[in-house]
Amino acid sequence: MSILVDKKTRAVVQGLTGREGSFHSQQMLDYGTKIVAGVTPGKGGTKHLGLPIFDTVAEAERQTGATAAMAFVPPAFAADAILEAVDAALPLVICIAEGVPVLDMVRVAAALKNSTTRLIGPNCPGIISPGQSKLGIMPGFIHKRGNVGVVSRSGTLTYEAVGQLTKLGIGQSTCVGIGGDPIIGTSFLDVIRMFNDDPDTHAIVMIGEIGGHAEEIAADYIKKNVKKPVVGFIAGQTAPPGRRMGHAGAIISGGQGTAKEKYAALRAAGIHTVQSPAEIGETVARVLGKSRSKTQKAKKRK
Amino acid sequence: MKIHEYQAKAILAKFGVPVPRGEVVAKKDEARAVAERLGTPVVVVKAQIHAGGRGKGGGVKVAQSAEEAAALAEQILGMKLVTAQTGPEGRIVRRVLVEQGLDIKREIYLSLLVDRAVGAPVFMASASGGMEIEEVAKKHPGKILRETIRAEEGFQAYHARKLAFGLGLSADLVHAAVPFMTSLYRAFIETDSSLLEINPCVVTGDGRLVALDAKINFDDNALYRHPEYKDLRDLDEETPLEVEASKYKLNYIKLDGTIACMVNGAGLAMATMDIIKLSGGNPANFLDVGGDASEERVKNAFRILLSDPNVKAVFINVFGGILRCDMLASGIVSAAREFRFNVPVVVRMEGTNVREGQEILRNSGMNLSVADGMKDGAEKAVALAGGAP
Repeated sequence: MSILVDKKTRAVVQGLTGREGSFHSQQMLDYGTKIVAGVTPGKGGTKHLGLPIFDTVAEAERQTGATAAMAFVPPAFAADAILEAVDAALPLVICIAEGVPVLDMVRVAAALKNSTTRLIGPNCPGIISPGQSKLGIMPGFIHKRGNVGVVSRSGTLTYEAVGQLTKLGIGQSTCVGIGGDPIIGTSFLDVIRMFNDDPDTHAIVMIGEIGGHAEEIAADYIKKNVKKPVVGFIAGQTAPPGRRMGHAGAIISGGQGTAKEKYAALRAAGIHTVQSPAEIGETVARVLGKSRSKTQKAKKRK
Repeated sequence: MKIHEYQAKAILAKFGVPVPRGEVVAKKDEARAVAERLGTPVVVVKAQIHAGGRGKGGGVKVAQSAEEAAALAEQILGMKLVTAQTGPEGRIVRRVLVEQGLDIKREIYLSLLVDRAVGAPVFMASASGGMEIEEVAKKHPGKILRETIRAEEGFQAYHARKLAFGLGLSADLVHAAVPFMTSLYRAFIETDSSLLEINPCVVTGDGRLVALDAKINFDDNALYRHPEYKDLRDLDEETPLEVEASKYKLNYIKLDGTIACMVNGAGLAMATMDIIKLSGGNPANFLDVGGDASEERVKNAFRILLSDPNVKAVFINVFGGILRCDMLASGIVSAAREFRFNVPVVVRMEGTNVREGQEILRNSGMNLSVADGMKDGAEKAVALAGGAP
């Protein structure tokens, strides 16, 4: 199993006919993702990459029974694209765009509250359940099917962690990039809850960064509810305060949101913290080894 | 994007927020002329830099005459103003704002920003005007009033009343606070600000509310909606290398260390800085070349890194996703051909087209160290830069 996306996920791509949309849709198709339609206003009725194109998301949903939308649109049009997917009552929408105005996201956040749609992103690499479905821009080949759930605010740093895991022969159930913006559709807490409930996820890797309190909130939940081993890393231990480190959400302001505070919260929750980004994979291996030998011992005793 | 106090006040005035009368000047004689025009018994001369704490640093002075205003302007203009926010290097003052002095009875703090946890704007107020809000938050967290403004509802008069009565303002002043705060909220939304801060907002002797200071930061992601704000950018307030980097859409932040790094992705870029530190070195910068970097952008990134005189080694750490390693390698090689440099370069590549990329680097004849993993890369770069300081 996995969370959020699997073999049954039927995706509609908003902006399929654009340059980026075409490129990544082809990559996703090659990976085995079920893309059932594209949406480009004004191009309804045509075909692209062998897929039917519709003028609206609602129409695409009616005709194809899509269960997820993937938005490949520039940041200025991202809010509109997300809201259209919400209007079509799709259960899941993923927005990759980096640079969405924060007040646009205020409107989107309000609309999401009164809907059944879950948004992943914006400013994120998307989601992959290795061997099943890839709704994102991550390189598929670095992943391996398995039982570690990965959740992260960053794109390439997730690839780094996944690369380390795969090299050690450790596969992943699902990898979720939640995005580096201050307002995002799905938080660490949301994803960790899902991983906790997923029987095929045996361990969780949480990759946070400076800014905000989302890691602390997730840590509090983990402390109270999660029995699965969790490995945590926080990027930005050396970041200067008051400067936005690339991601709009990665900023230490008013002395809050530092890596130090976050590490303290993670440790207090019993999370296996990793100080060096090069040691994420081996820490997971060690933790899994321990928990495996524990269960083996437990079995022997029985 | 940050702007100056005088620019923020001009914007607020357009939204109907009362601000002191005043003009910005760059010369002593102009300061005298403005003071004469204002005709008030007291005028205030305020240094215009993009940093707070100006008063404590000696950048805000009160004059009793036009002559004194001119003398103070002369003293402040051109001075290197060091405040808690500028760092020890300070900022050169190029302009001063000359304003009417006001009869101040009380100072309060007002601000608007987006609360990321709630996903909505929050209006904050505190009775401790003039103090840094971080300090108030630390010492008296209960003294900060917060009203979350829901998107579907917008700012309502009751929000303003709750805040104003909460601050202990008299009924008359609460009456004035409603339009004042409503205008502030409108300005915040319509300018796409990420922060709007009035510290202090003052109550005058004749019972008015006036924005004595004003700070506005625009949301960079929304600047495309406000082409007119381009002219408000003051390049003198930014680090020259950062200005140069912004021309190529490079996310570059200059730091104090000796190991330059070039990375794709903000999270990995931060993690790279961290591992340099863990390996005993200090990063010279943060640089995210972006997921869609072109060969040209990589070349310019390289040039910018090398123009920092403190740099003793370069660490390139790339995990190719959309960004292909072969493209990156071509960018590095073409930069190396164009700009001569003698600092050692360590390259760590992984991901899409990594073999092709390594092939290009090998065949370039460049003196590069190839690293196996980010730990190895960071350690090599630290050693080549002369070891741990």
